[in-house]
Parts: sequence; C-alpha cells; structure tokens
Amino acid sequence: MTQVKMTVNGKTASGDVEGRTLLAQFLRDDQGLTGTHIGCDTSQCGACVVHVNGQAVKACTMLAIEADGATVDTIEGQANADGSLNVIQQAFQDHHGLQCGFCTPGMVMSAAALLKDNPKPTEAEVRHYLDGNICRCTGYHNIVKAIMAASGQDVSAIAAE
Amino acid sequence: MYNFDVERPTSIVDAVQAMSKEEAQPISGGQTLIPTLKARLAAPSVLVSLTGIEEMKGVRMSDDGRLCIGGGTTHTTVAAEAAAHYPGLASVAARIGDPAVRNRGTIGGSLANNDPSACYPAAALGSGATIVTNNREIAADDYFLGMFTTALEEGEIVTEVKFPIPQAAHYEKFLQPASRFPLVAVFVARFSDGVRVAVTGASNDGVFRWTEAEEALSANFSADAVAGLKAEGDMISDLHGTAEYRAHLVGVMTKRAVAAIA
Repeated sequence: MTQVKMTVNGKTASGDVEGRTLLAQFLRDDQGLTGTHIGCDTSQCGACVVHVNGQAVKACTMLAIEADGATVDTIEGQANADGSLNVIQQAFQDHHGLQCGFCTPGMVMSAAALLKDNPKPTEAEVRHYLDGNICRCTGYHNIVKAIMAASGQDVSAIAAE
Repeated sequence: MYNFDVERPTSIVDAVQAMSKEEAQPISGGQTLIPTLKARLAAPSVLVSLTGIEEMKGVRMSDDGRLCIGGGTTHTTVAAEAAAHYPGLASVAARIGDPAVRNRGTIGGSLANNDPSACYPAAALGSGATIVTNNREIAADDYFLGMFTTALEEGEIVTEVKFPIPQAAHYEKFLQPASRFPLVAVFVARFSDGVRVAVTGASNDGVFRWTEAEEALSANFSADAVAGLKAEGDMISDLHGTAEYRAHLVGVMTKRAVAAIA
C-alpha cells in the first residue's frame, strides 16, 4: 500500500491505496464521494469525469497514485458555497438536462471544463466536446441546451425534444 | 486488474533504471494500458509511470526546423501548441478519442503501443518523423514493424518525436464512432521533394505507406491522380467493415485528404 495525498474539492484527502487502485475507486470507496459514477469502467462513457489540476479526465482510467499531490475537483465540489446549485447545475435543472441522472455528474464536469476554455461555445462545439460523455437515456438535446444556457446564450431557438 | 507496484521517476535516467526491474512496464497516459490491464491482457509486476518526467514534456522547434514533441506530451497540449508550427499534426492530436482522453493520452504512449488503428502512427510515418528513445534515434520508416509491434527494445522509452514540417498536410479520418478510433484514416504530407501517404486502421500489418499513391501524387498532386489506384495488402476484416470496404476507404480518404490541401 502507498499513501497518497491530494486536494479534493479544496480539502486535503489522503489514504492508502494499492498500485491498481483507480482514482474513481479512491474517490468513491475511500473518500465516500460517490457522485463520481462508474458507468462503463472502460473510459467510454464519461460518467466518471473529474478535473485533475483543472483538466477533465476519466477517473476510471487514471491510477490514484498518479493523482498524488494533485488538485482534484468532483461533482460534490461544484455547488456554490451556500449550497445552492452553480450556474451549470441550475441550467441542467431548468432545462431538464437529465432523465435518470446517472451520466449527469460527468456531463456537468465536462461542461465546466468546456466553458472554462470556451465560454461561448456554439451548439456544434458543445456536441463535439461531449463526444466522450454518453447518456443512456439519449437525452442529449436538453443537455446541450442546458450547457448553452449556462454559457449565457439564448436557447429559445434550440428545440426541446 | 491484477495488482502491481507503481514507480514514479522524475527523470529519464531514473525511468530507464526502474525499467530494468523484472516484468516492468512503462505507463504514460494509460488510456490504452489501463483498459488492457483491466481486461487482464497484461500483468506487469511494476508499472513505471512516465507522467512525472518534465524533460519529456513540451513542444518546441529545433534549430534545423523540425517540430520536437516530448514523448510524455498529451494530445491536448500538442493540439494547442503544434498548431502554429504544423497545423496538420495539431489537427491529428485534436481528433484523438475525446477531450478527457486527450488530457491524459500521450504521443509517446501511442507510438510505443502502435495500435493498428491509432492516429499518431499515421502522422509519424506520413511525416517521416524520427522517434527518439533513451538511447537512439529511429526513423519512422524503420520503427513500425506490424500490429502492436515496433523497433523498441525491452525497456526502451520514447522520449521525443521529431517531425519535419511539410509544405502542407492533411489527416482524413473516417471515424468509428463507438471507439473514436478511425475505421480507416489517411495522412497525406506534401514536401518539396515528394509526397508521403500513410494509412492506419486498414491493414493487419498496422500502419503502412501507400507507395503507389505517393508516386502518383508526387507526379501530379490532385485527387484524380489516385482515382484509378487500389490499395493492396492484408486488410483488416471485422464486424465494422470487410477487407474490401477498408481497401476502398483507403482510396476515398486519400482523395479527400489531397483535395483538402491541393
């Protein structure tokens, strides 16, 4: 076992991990942060997307040891300080950007990464960026709409289907 | 996944030292290797992580005008930092996998793995790049030796890749949307002294140069020049496409790539 220490959602998190322990397992099983979902476990679906040093990564395809010393942000750290939903989360609620909700943590984290680099994406850019996030309810229209709305753009012309 | 120890060297020298351990396996971004380990297709006793080696990261121009990319440089970084020097190559990096995969996956890892459908082998072979390791330089023409097979010796690490910059280049990728690998993709690079055409995703022998198309395009750089040619070889045939379909796609992708830069 190896001790790892990282900053998760602004707080120090440490624990003993095996070489094979994935970042997703460390977050869920060791830290109790079960908002990071494991959908496919083969880096296809994106339900496990978290930010490591500010970059979106699939936590199921990164070793926990590799995140030693890193700054990690998960869905649990996205809400505002007073507990209210942040802009992206609120837009997902307002625009019904989820059905079963399983993919939502990854969608929100990917959306946050996109909007950080590209604050006013086009609809096509949003869809392209979500290449690695799969919604099993196939609810992409409203997810895209929510992300467009979160970026402060008019979404009235985007059809809700 | 079977368990393993993880070493995190911070220099190439230390990484090479760590690789001398029995059943040691280097890991870079791990975007292929971790799924492989999960499937128990590999069971190393030690993983030597290359992601903490700063001297293996970054994009720079060399004095002789080649674009040099550290083996541990992620696809995201190449997409951003190579764009001003070699847009054709940056475009390859920008279309690998998805954004989260590009934030971890590295050029050295892709070239060391040499997946028969990977993007970077086509760019490296099509550019006539030089693969630099911890103890030698290998021309791309001598490096790719077949599906998942390269000239790398046991314990040898890709530390840098040097790309000559062509007058123009284009990577035409026919996406296999489930895997986000190409079903077939073609990298065409036009140099002052000739044209190189590299094909990935098509052959059971892995990435290859389509020499007939290179000759035709060197004489006449237009899509029409390759219209009558058919790629030969041991083409991959699977549920996504027959060998004949892939051979046909090689021609179509080549024509589209040429049309994009002609």
